[in-house]
Amino acid sequence: MELAAKHFKTAAAKALVDAQLQKALGNVEKGFIGKRQMAADALPEFEALRDNARDIKNHTLAHLDLYLEEYERKVTAAGGHVHWAETAEDARRIVLDICKKAGARTVTKGKSMITEEIALNDHLAANGIEPVETDLGEYIIQLRGEHPSHIIAPAVHLNKEQVEGDFRRVHTHLPEGRDLSEPVTLLSEAREVLRKRYFAADVGITGANFLIAETGSSVIVTNEGNGDLTQTLGKVHVVVASIEKMVPTLEDTAQILRVLARSATGQDMSVYTTFSTGPKRPEDPDGPDEYHVVLLDNGRSSMLGTEYQDMLRCIRCGACMNHCPVYHAVGGHAYGSVYPGPMGAVLTPSLNGIEETGQLPNASTFCGRCEAVCPMRIPLPKMMRHWREREFERNLTPATARYGIRAWAFVAKRPKLYRMAVSLGMPILSKLGGSSRRLKSLPFAGGWTRHRDLPAPEGKTFLQAWAEQQAGKQGAAR
Amino acid sequence: MTSSEMKGAGQPRVGLFATCLVDLFRPSVGFASVKLLQDAGCEVHVPVAQTCCGQPTYNTGDRADTREIAEQVIEAFEGFDFIVAPSGSCTAMLKKHYPGLFAGDPAWEGRVQRFSDKCFELISFLTDVMMVRDTGAELQAKVTYHDSCSGLRELGIREQPRKLLANVEGLELQEMQDSDVCCGFGGTFCVKYSDISNAIVTKKVGNVGASGAHLLLAGEVGCLMNMAGKLKRQGSDMEVRHVAEVLAGMTDQPPIAGGSK
Repeated sequence: MELAAKHFKTAAAKALVDAQLQKALGNVEKGFIGKRQMAADALPEFEALRDNARDIKNHTLAHLDLYLEEYERKVTAAGGHVHWAETAEDARRIVLDICKKAGARTVTKGKSMITEEIALNDHLAANGIEPVETDLGEYIIQLRGEHPSHIIAPAVHLNKEQVEGDFRRVHTHLPEGRDLSEPVTLLSEAREVLRKRYFAADVGITGANFLIAETGSSVIVTNEGNGDLTQTLGKVHVVVASIEKMVPTLEDTAQILRVLARSATGQDMSVYTTFSTGPKRPEDPDGPDEYHVVLLDNGRSSMLGTEYQDMLRCIRCGACMNHCPVYHAVGGHAYGSVYPGPMGAVLTPSLNGIEETGQLPNASTFCGRCEAVCPMRIPLPKMMRHWREREFERNLTPATARYGIRAWAFVAKRPKLYRMAVSLGMPILSKLGGSSRRLKSLPFAGGWTRHRDLPAPEGKTFLQAWAEQQAGKQGAAR
Repeated sequence: MTSSEMKGAGQPRVGLFATCLVDLFRPSVGFASVKLLQDAGCEVHVPVAQTCCGQPTYNTGDRADTREIAEQVIEAFEGFDFIVAPSGSCTAMLKKHYPGLFAGDPAWEGRVQRFSDKCFELISFLTDVMMVRDTGAELQAKVTYHDSCSGLRELGIREQPRKLLANVEGLELQEMQDSDVCCGFGGTFCVKYSDISNAIVTKKVGNVGASGAHLLLAGEVGCLMNMAGKLKRQGSDMEVRHVAEVLAGMTDQPPIAGGSK
């Protein structure tokens, strides 16, 4: 998708008055938060598991080169192929080549944010290959020509009436009078339509939640089973995954799986957790003839060794956005990038540069709820602040904010000047408040007073009043 | 030991970091803090060389100015046994974020850590360090309490104010839904992203209103000004105060943003 992060404010303003969207966003708060809490509370060792998960990824990232090479050896030994893609363009080219060699006309796809990141669907379509999304949410937004608004619930910005409308518009071969009023009827209709596509597809493309160095396996977690059909029914299975999906061992994978679904949806485990190692072996009843892994870097290796390295621990559970008051207010599309919410506010500048994406790490109250729920203990607010620092160093901070803050700093660093200024200013501001003790508007304070009154100061500053009180006490004592 | 006995020997010397918003907008909170600390047996000082903790510059990415402000705060306050502020976010700045500003600077590293270790948020200082259980205040009121983000998530302040409020004679605490969710203030966020901030605070004051309380408390003047400003714009007659005012029994001053319509 085209990066539109610089239009965040405009997009957010639109989102705030979009009644359909606001209704749908209510489900994010209702659907995810309580369930995660219950899952976490039900497991006494949950906090210890988070520490463990963090440590596993830290270790992996510290030795990423070794694990990637070991992984490649194991994939090759199992009969698969590893392709190294430095850029999104490389990855698109590699996948297209594989599809062309397989003579593919249609490909089925399991849910994958990496293929969103590299804009694979458009590239395949432009080359005459039809991509078919098989995850229900992804299928819906593909019908609508949209992008995911959430990394695990791509269609969370929609209400079921909108989905019903889309299905009636596209599935014209089905009887008009059919009942599509419930999520379950929508799901079974999508299943029926998609079932035929699996068998017709030549290539199945999935992402990966984990790549395991020990065994050369890729792992996907889904709730619909669509990923399994995608990867076993095609002649060719292509895994497109970024390099930080690496974990050393099966045991490590099991450890992180214990925090993944709990943090994401509040499930103990996703309904399907599928491990794939190489193509079909002679003794296997089914499976693909070819197994390819496209390993994408796309800027990630340049995050290693920087203050943004911790971001590479992310396992894409979505808990940060599920708990983010800004995400709740504006939804995922407003961010104008593949990855929305707090994790996107850190990752998008890392992948695309801060020049066009500065809005994202600034649009946070630093409430810290994202960090509080992140299963991998990624210090998201701290890293957003680091992006603000990079912006400030490079004079990319908007001029009003920049000069405003420097003026404040100039005075704050000079206590005598500060004291003089506020001792004069606050009593005046206090008087302006009148008997109501508040101001409806104030020059240069429109950002505040557009939506709320400004409480009037009491009058004298605390330090002024305190000094006078102390002087009075000394006078009385004398 | 009563507080008057404690005053005799070894009274802890506390430097009160008033915070800029208390200093400028809500001096009552400063006086309430002094009273609470003195009642708990502290000798309270208010250094004049205090302005701001540096959060506005820090969160705008201006690290150089932040560090200069931090040096000034440390120099003014490091001589005290404790540094106490009636704000979770300013305390978190002093306690959790200052050390990072000096990382790799051997001339400052030890010094800033010694300073940061002595910094405490007012209410948790009273309960956790001075072991205060009851401030002796009385107030006939149904109150609800908003957990400000920094205090809650960076300093772990949740039960402390509730424990003290539970011992205020006549006071009834009515918990609101999502008391731990941000009010949308976020320092400069509330003016930089005014519309989003408005959406968040609108939701928040909806929960405040639905709690059945008629007095909203929190331990952070920024959040209180934001919520009070929104409540008044909506025509609500909810009263809004810093929790220290209630605990100190100092509620003579009109509430933040005034009283009823």
